Amino acid sequence: MTGVRIAGTGHTHFGQFPERTGRDLFAEASAGAIEEAGVDRESVEALFYGNFMGELAEDQGHQAPLMAEMAGIRVPATRFESACASSGVAVREAVKDIRNGESDAILVGGAERMTNLGTAGATKALSIAADELFEIRAGMSFPGAYALMAQAYFAEYGGFREDLAHIAVKNHENALENDHAQYQRAITVEDVLEAPPVAEPLGLYDACPITDGASAMVLVSDEFADREGIDAPVSITGTGQGSDRMALADREYLARTPAASAAASAAYADAGIGPEDVELAEVHDCFTIAEVLAIESLGFFEPGEGIGAAHAGETTCDGTIPINLSGGLKAKGHPVGATGTSQIIELAKLLSGEHVNSDAVADARVGLAHNAGGTVASTTVHILEATQ
Amino acid sequence: MSEQRDEGYDEWIDAIDRGEGYVLECSNGHGSLPPRRLCPECGAGDLERRPLPEGGTVDTYTRTHVPTPEFAEDAPYVVAIADFGVARLTGQLRGVDEPEVGMRVAVGVEERETTGDPLLVFRSA
Ligand SMILES: [Zn+2]
Repeated sequence: MTGVRIAGTGHTHFGQFPERTGRDLFAEASAGAIEEAGVDRESVEALFYGNFMGELAEDQGHQAPLMAEMAGIRVPATRFESACASSGVAVREAVKDIRNGESDAILVGGAERMTNLGTAGATKALSIAADELFEIRAGMSFPGAYALMAQAYFAEYGGFREDLAHIAVKNHENALENDHAQYQRAITVEDVLEAPPVAEPLGLYDACPITDGASAMVLVSDEFADREGIDAPVSITGTGQGSDRMALADREYLARTPAASAAASAAYADAGIGPEDVELAEVHDCFTIAEVLAIESLGFFEPGEGIGAAHAGETTCDGTIPINLSGGLKAKGHPVGATGTSQIIELAKLLSGEHVNSDAVADARVGLAHNAGGTVASTTVHILEATQ
Repeated sequence: MSEQRDEGYDEWIDAIDRGEGYVLECSNGHGSLPPRRLCPECGAGDLERRPLPEGGTVDTYTRTHVPTPEFAEDAPYVVAIADFGVARLTGQLRGVDEPEVGMRVAVGVEERETTGDPLLVFRSA
């Protein structure tokens, strides 16, 4: 079985661009990825593309062939939809496709246009990742769902809003020098605690912003990289995916995310490593509590121990396991369909020394990316290793 | 909301409104909510209706301030997940100023303020 290498990456700025279409965003990101990879467009054999709310935001379904056009490639093109994990699953399928010999070079990425919907429209669009009959009809919003998990966590393990605030502060700090982040602005614990409530106990600064953006990368087989002389120092060595019951109420745990644990177990086994080998991670912190649930499910911290990790400095840039050195979804932004690929791009740059925060992890060789859909009814986990 | 009925779900909401709420239970004791053809836990096909217990216990809750447009006039409101033993239900907790995990609630059906649609509601029991 061939290895899978990251040959080139491309990224738009993440932010508010209500006038820019999804197709324009993806055109920019995909051009960047193909240019950086240095491959001929004719060598790209497929497009695997992630998008969640295109029908609601742009009246545009069936986006994959459109995005292949925008990327200037005539190849089989498929859209993947798993809510906020849409491009995470696209990456996973691309990795499998290259490994099984179906393709040697694949363009994979995602895009989301969100800010043109406004806050109410985006809140509605995001909510449909939950169970329509039993959750949306009860008034559960996306922040509300994570608030339910936060309150359940507090009830089961303890913890305080201040612990969550330290996560937001850390991720904003990490984004200060990240030029494509939505927020390059420091915040304080007081800012988080005093922000208007969205869904208690979560406030405005516990939540990621509404974001427009796109990300893309070219994945290639080891043989292709060697044959074409492509400089691709980072490999995807592990992939895993997990699912859980759709409605929060139907799950065994309200304060744990077993879908992430399942995805991590599979990815660790695939890469032949364990959580103790991971030196940095990009995790899906759509809300501050989500980062806590992630780092516990991934095996970095025991259940109940993750909430204090940012406050204690264990997950900060100089901690034992830096989490979200890119700024995470919280500060970098969360254009839903683009997020999974973006996390992997940030991680690859961190491992190859090309990231503005690479100095924080100068000797690191192993990183993990965790991309969660909805209230973690879907999760992908990927392991990246610096192999060159 | 459309006028179309959602088979299984609307019937269930109506039953709760009459005080005749039920859950589905498979031969292995897994509870679930309709519509189902199979038990979502084990795939068993022998689902039977069992009466929903009188009271439940709040497992978690949140006061939502930023709603979807369909709940614009309802906000702020409290969403809770309550455990009824055989299954958990998600609804809005009304008439309680300071919700607590562990509090006992009864379930019923009231109206959404914004649209008048039926809403699963918990009240202190
Ligand atoms: Zn069963």
